[in-house]
Amino acid sequence: MVIDFSQFFWLFFTFVVLILIEGLYCILVTYNLMRVLIGLEILIKAVTLLIIVGGYLSGQMALAQTLVITVIVIEVVVVMVAAGIVLGFYREYDSLNVRNARNMKG
Amino acid sequence: MNIILVLLICMALAGLWAVMTSLLLRAAIALALTSAILTIIMFRLGAPLAGVFELSVCAGLISVVFISVISLTHRLPLQEYLKRRQSRISRFIFLPFILLAAVIIIFFIHKPILVTLPAMGTITEVRSVMWDVRRLDLFGQIMVLLAGVYGVLILFKGRQ
Repeated sequence: MVIDFSQFFWLFFTFVVLILIEGLYCILVTYNLMRVLIGLEILIKAVTLLIIVGGYLSGQMALAQTLVITVIVIEVVVVMVAAGIVLGFYREYDSLNVRNARNMKG
Repeated sequence: MNIILVLLICMALAGLWAVMTSLLLRAAIALALTSAILTIIMFRLGAPLAGVFELSVCAGLISVVFISVISLTHRLPLQEYLKRRQSRISRFIFLPFILLAAVIIIFFIHKPILVTLPAMGTITEVRSVMWDVRRLDLFGQIMVLLAGVYGVLILFKGRQ
């Protein structure tokens, strides 16, 4: 059975693209390490929304929810480790400015 | 459909607030708000389990981590803050225009999407999919969690 989901899909797709652009722009333009993390979080939110919409449209919501749970677990671990790195960076340079990373060894 | 549209607009605006605001604490709160709105959308689309995870972990735990990290840093002097704020405005002023351009481009390229519904035998129980179909993902999640714990331990060991 084939169904026309054009209106529903394009509505969600538009907002997913908007949120992706917000996250990407935040990562590209900012100099603050915490804001880079916030941009990454916003990108992951857009991906999560896209997975849920994909599951809703294809009728495989159980699979979509499982994938979203996997994404959330990975997201938490990434944020925890990244927050630790940000704190270490701050203690070393007394600043969150990403341009200070140029002074690192290596 | 109208409620979903309002929720999507609120989510995009909360994301925009998180990106554009000059205070980090406000950005963390806006991020938590984005997660909370995403949770409502998940509930509306019939994904309660993922919604509960999103609300408890992303809107709760990650916000706590962000606010903790922000509280461990010190405030900028007022002069420096005003200077950086001005610099931020000049860098982020283009974002709303880029978003508007993206909406216009999507409006012009959109085409009909025809979806074939799955066969009757598709598993609809989340627990069955998680424990039977995607069992390997669970091992992956455990490995990622252990790697994360190991990473945090290494980071804090280096501090001593």
